[in-house]
Amino acid sequence: MDEKYIIHEHDVVIIGAGGAGLRAAIEASKSGVSVAMICKSMLGKAHTVMAEGGAAAALGNKDPRDNWKIHFRDTMKGGKYLNDWRMAKIHAQQAPDRIRELETWGAVFDRTEKGLTNQRNFGGHTYPRLAHIGDATGLELIRTLQEKGVHMGMDIFMEFTVRKIFKTDGKVSGCFAYNRNDGTLHVFKAKTIVMATGGATRCWEVCSGSWEYTGEGYALAYWAGAEMGDMEFIQFHPTGMIWPPSVKGILVTEGVRGEGGMLTNSEGNRFMFEYVPEMYKDEFAETEEEALEWVSEIVSGKLATVRRPPELLTRDVVAKAINAERDAGRSSEHGGAYLDISWRNPEEVKKKLPGMYHQFKELAAVDITTEKMEVGPTAHYVMGGIRVDPETQETTVPRMYAAGEAATGLHGANRLGGNSLSDLIVFGKIAGDYAAKRAKEIEYFSIIEESEIDKAIEDTLAPLNRESGENPAKVVEDLREMMQNKVRIIRTESLLKEALLDLNELEIRGKNTSSGSSRIYNPGWHQSLEIDAMIDVSRMCTLAALHREESRGGHTREDFPVPDYKYWGKINSVITQKDVMAIEHRMYPPMDEDLKKLLDADDFHEEE
Amino acid sequence: MAEDITFKIFRGEPDNDGNIIGEMVDYTVPMDDGMVVLDVIHRIQAEHAPDLACRWNCKAGKCGSCSAEVNGKPRLMCMTRMEDILEETEEGEPVLVKPMQAFPLTRDLVTDTSWAYEMNKKMVPINGPEELDWNFNQREANRIQEFRSCIECMLCVNTCHVLREHEKFDEFAGPRFFVRLAGLEMHPLDTENRIPEIKEDFGIGYCNITRCCTDVCPAGINITDNAIIPLKERVVTEYYDPLAILAKKLGIRK
Repeated sequence: MDEKYIIHEHDVVIIGAGGAGLRAAIEASKSGVSVAMICKSMLGKAHTVMAEGGAAAALGNKDPRDNWKIHFRDTMKGGKYLNDWRMAKIHAQQAPDRIRELETWGAVFDRTEKGLTNQRNFGGHTYPRLAHIGDATGLELIRTLQEKGVHMGMDIFMEFTVRKIFKTDGKVSGCFAYNRNDGTLHVFKAKTIVMATGGATRCWEVCSGSWEYTGEGYALAYWAGAEMGDMEFIQFHPTGMIWPPSVKGILVTEGVRGEGGMLTNSEGNRFMFEYVPEMYKDEFAETEEEALEWVSEIVSGKLATVRRPPELLTRDVVAKAINAERDAGRSSEHGGAYLDISWRNPEEVKKKLPGMYHQFKELAAVDITTEKMEVGPTAHYVMGGIRVDPETQETTVPRMYAAGEAATGLHGANRLGGNSLSDLIVFGKIAGDYAAKRAKEIEYFSIIEESEIDKAIEDTLAPLNRESGENPAKVVEDLREMMQNKVRIIRTESLLKEALLDLNELEIRGKNTSSGSSRIYNPGWHQSLEIDAMIDVSRMCTLAALHREESRGGHTREDFPVPDYKYWGKINSVITQKDVMAIEHRMYPPMDEDLKKLLDADDFHEEE
Repeated sequence: MAEDITFKIFRGEPDNDGNIIGEMVDYTVPMDDGMVVLDVIHRIQAEHAPDLACRWNCKAGKCGSCSAEVNGKPRLMCMTRMEDILEETEEGEPVLVKPMQAFPLTRDLVTDTSWAYEMNKKMVPINGPEELDWNFNQREANRIQEFRSCIECMLCVNTCHVLREHEKFDEFAGPRFFVRLAGLEMHPLDTENRIPEIKEDFGIGYCNITRCCTDVCPAGINITDNAIIPLKERVVTEYYDPLAILAKKLGIRK
């Protein structure tokens, strides 16, 4: 092949520059190895920037009754016990220090009256736990890490897309990427690689994700032979915007409910009282009076003495409740539910939720300080991902690490709000640390087979050389619509099977798209190249969903509507690339006895 | 209601010598309720021009990627409603969309903003205490939280005449980075003396407070009054206030 490419050598290559990638890059750089960070967007624009509500850490600033053990318990319970308990423990223990560390690096979270980091209530968290800055916590997190990171000597490759992970003798040895700006081709030799590539919610039509969320990280790891876990568990966030159509899916922070926002249906009823699951019965208010009492205690800065409103149930529960209200003919005007914060003082709303105030004012012409919002479920997060060792974040492919949404384990069947930002900084740090340590033990860069590089180049340039073919935007649009209709919040066997067949057809169409021949910032070309990953990630989700014959967290089957504690409640799905996509089911090792004591025996169902 | 809308969009790129080769091209697509400018661009890509270059990410006003000049005004395409655009566009006229003019062109609506990343690297980060237990109150936080709400869309830089017309990119940090510097200078944990470099290296004296930057800021930061003027005052106090200079000599003030 006579195409020229540029060769780079770095001890550690980090793919992705959101919270996890940046935190990993900082940690790796600190230890003195050479670091490259490769990102699809410009630095500081990654998906983390969109995170709103906060980062969960049991600092105990707002309520001294909080500690890591309760955070661990809440995370496991919210994940319906399919979490890797070892990761849930590490996360709960280390999150407070990661938050404090951000502050020494210049982050300015909202303050308590005593001048400490303030914490807000969120679904599934027993106490106010989320460090936040208004409703723009992700911006604060990414900017702080970015400003710290650029002074640490790492090389940053912005607007580069990685197309292939190379292996030599079964171990990771580098990756191939192209520059989206000028179309140049690049080979990165690496001793270790960290996948910090985020999620894949762009596979659904209504989603809160940016264009970057096409799942290439999952697909790259899978194609390189990594084990993928828990891919059936997709979080549909209960509150996305639904009107006007062009804003459908844009996130409305859970912070609205944390600040006292109420969900009502077309009849004006606070329907969430009807949807409290058995496992949460003791922890949530039974009457509107009790819920109002809780809010008034919180707003006035007191410690809560009564139980919280059911709007603060976990996301899986609230999303399904909104869905059920719609099916029962009690939806809001445009097919969702009403969310109301207008009863609170307008100045407080603007201070605590400035982004929501502007978002509704500018995009929907709704003033949330006086009017109700309309909201509905939006694909928001992939609980599943690349399986990792809980201590080191190494994947099942030697020398490949993963952290953040790219990895699985921490969140089980359902993620608690706020546990994602803390996930990024806790496990980003660990992944960066171990990737650097491992790289230091490796003396030479491995040789990458020239034929593999040629193949990667050929695949990458293929869409440019097709003179006719479908517009890639059309294929992607059809894929997203199909997933929305067939691999949705409530799933059934027949539709999942149809989805697998549809994916085969879409795959063929995806291989025959045409986008113009320019290599200079050509979005059509970029989109053509994303389709393969979207197809395989959609397939992983569909296949895992088809096999799990029960309902749990972010996976609900109409034909198997209740949780099965005996079998499915104890095993996780594992997907690997064999001749075809293969699925099996496995258990995590048994939990330590002292941790087991922290859980609610009633809903853990150990003995069944 | 599918009404048609025509956009006149800049298409082109620099040749090997850096001369811009391009033209304004008309595209007509149907429009739906509640659309923003970026929706129309996406529809044009899907129906007519898959290779139309345009940057975007969050489509919710949080990342600052889709900056462009729409009908001559610098704005975020994702937060500009077509309803408002139609109101300002003359009946039967197309909507004009051009890339930011102060930055070098990459292609179509995409520009090269690497200057901003280089400038950011010149700013010494916070040098806070090592120990993790410290506190400050919300009033102190409020002042810098305003600066920290910047989404780095670079619309302020694009509109600043010191940069746009006079091209002082080597001597002048521009509004975005005065916001950044103000956030550092006023940070309760910061121990650096940043005033000399704000005067000498970052050239704050060039700004003659025309407030164009504040006008275009989609995050609503009061760049001129809250960031630039206080920094100018600190420079004046440091360098030109005889009382302050005397106090410093006597050791009353740092």
